[in-house]
Amino acid sequence: MIRLVDYGLGNVQAFLNVYRRLGIPAERAVSAQDLRDAERLILPGVGSFDHAMNLLNASGLREPLEDLVLRRRIPVLGVCVGMQMLASRSDEGAEPGLNWIPGSVRALSSATAASQLAMPHMGWNEVDVERVSHLFSRAAEAPRFYFLHSYFFDCEDPAHVVATTGYGLRFASVVSSGNIYGVQCHPEKSHHFGADLLRRFSAVPVC
Amino acid sequence: MLRPRIIPCLLVHKGGLVKTQRFTAPKYVGDPINAVKIFNEKEADELMVMDIDASVRHVEPDYGLIKKMAAECRMPLCYGGGIRTPDQAARIIDLGVEKVSLSSAVVHDPGLLTKVASRLGRQSVVATLDVRKVADRSVRYEVYSHNGLARHGAGLLELFDWCQEAGAGEIVVNSIDRDGTMEGYDLDLARAIKQRAKIPVTFLGGAGSHQNIVSLIESCGLVGAAAGSLFVFKGKYRAVLINYPSFEQREVFAASTKLSAKPAYCQSLHTRAP
Repeated sequence: MIRLVDYGLGNVQAFLNVYRRLGIPAERAVSAQDLRDAERLILPGVGSFDHAMNLLNASGLREPLEDLVLRRRIPVLGVCVGMQMLASRSDEGAEPGLNWIPGSVRALSSATAASQLAMPHMGWNEVDVERVSHLFSRAAEAPRFYFLHSYFFDCEDPAHVVATTGYGLRFASVVSSGNIYGVQCHPEKSHHFGADLLRRFSAVPVC
Repeated sequence: MLRPRIIPCLLVHKGGLVKTQRFTAPKYVGDPINAVKIFNEKEADELMVMDIDASVRHVEPDYGLIKKMAAECRMPLCYGGGIRTPDQAARIIDLGVEKVSLSSAVVHDPGLLTKVASRLGRQSVVATLDVRKVADRSVRYEVYSHNGLARHGAGLLELFDWCQEAGAGEIVVNSIDRDGTMEGYDLDLARAIKQRAKIPVTFLGGAGSHQNIVSLIESCGLVGAAAGSLFVFKGKYRAVLINYPSFEQREVFAASTKLSAKPAYCQSLHTRAP
């Protein structure tokens, strides 16, 4: 069962709709009880970093999540702000992140190359896959997704960068470390490109 | 690189889809859910849905219809019409909508934009400004509200600048004069707006052909190009036929932007703030 971590943010229903169309079982998790059958986890998120971390911390889901992810090594996919929450910290806020993939979240506009560009980064953009990953097949077609964000994940270890996207600067749009994955875009609203990624995530091998 | 956003804009009136001309004479063109399904099939970039009655009639948004459209919609969805409180905006986002649009409220309740942006994040808040040109001898536009019925003294450029500061994540500039005419976007208007834009902007009103979209992008670079009639009508007799540019046509639009080439250099991935 794929469990969508429903701590109050993100379009959980959109993910459920994609998996329903794919015929892959997925349900939301609002309580620790709901997480017990999770074989894959998705952590959505929109809005500000601190707001998301505070809601997750208050939801009662953080501790069972850490047990599943860090001890039982259940694959987890952080989406948009959910990916940013995987980091150690964010320039956007004061709260610490989950620190599951070391790095800092920074404003796109803090990079000189992006400082004159309209923010947020909004629309369809290409994802250039740089590292072999279970999330992407070696298809001829370069995948593209819908992005809507003003901050990016600055990985401490370049080995955790799976794919990059260009908006002024070239930033990490997909990260992974072991059973932990993150995508900056919105696969739940990216037509067949997003559905393919979500389908592939559902089948990532367990470490 | 980031592509221009090509956005169908659907108007809802009494639960059905309509098209207007210069904001009058709504004509029924079909069922909203059916339209969403067709845009799904065509893998449209994103969708805007505006309820043109809700502010005028001072009624709640039609949450039942919004929920059904959101459930069906496989691309980002923006809803506007009759939003007057942050609670209404939050409720609409919870139904599965990515962005809410404020229009009449921007002029009538200036604090609302900031409150909604604080609650939901500015990425979820769009300000839609409906404008009419004032006189031909200079590029000057005034903002209207309530489906074009109420004129405000507010000049467009001042209100535009204010919306950017107040928390809008995107601004849609909608030309009432060009609405439904299919004579092309108002490029003077578009250029004047784009040069002061620090956030994404989208233009609506007048698109009659793919060439009109190319002209908009060539004039302004990376913007949103929204259209109603173009994606709903076909042919000189305006038969209702929902349509949307193919991926190949969208490559032509993308190539029209100055940003279509990859940057000459790539910043290191570990860019630090200066």
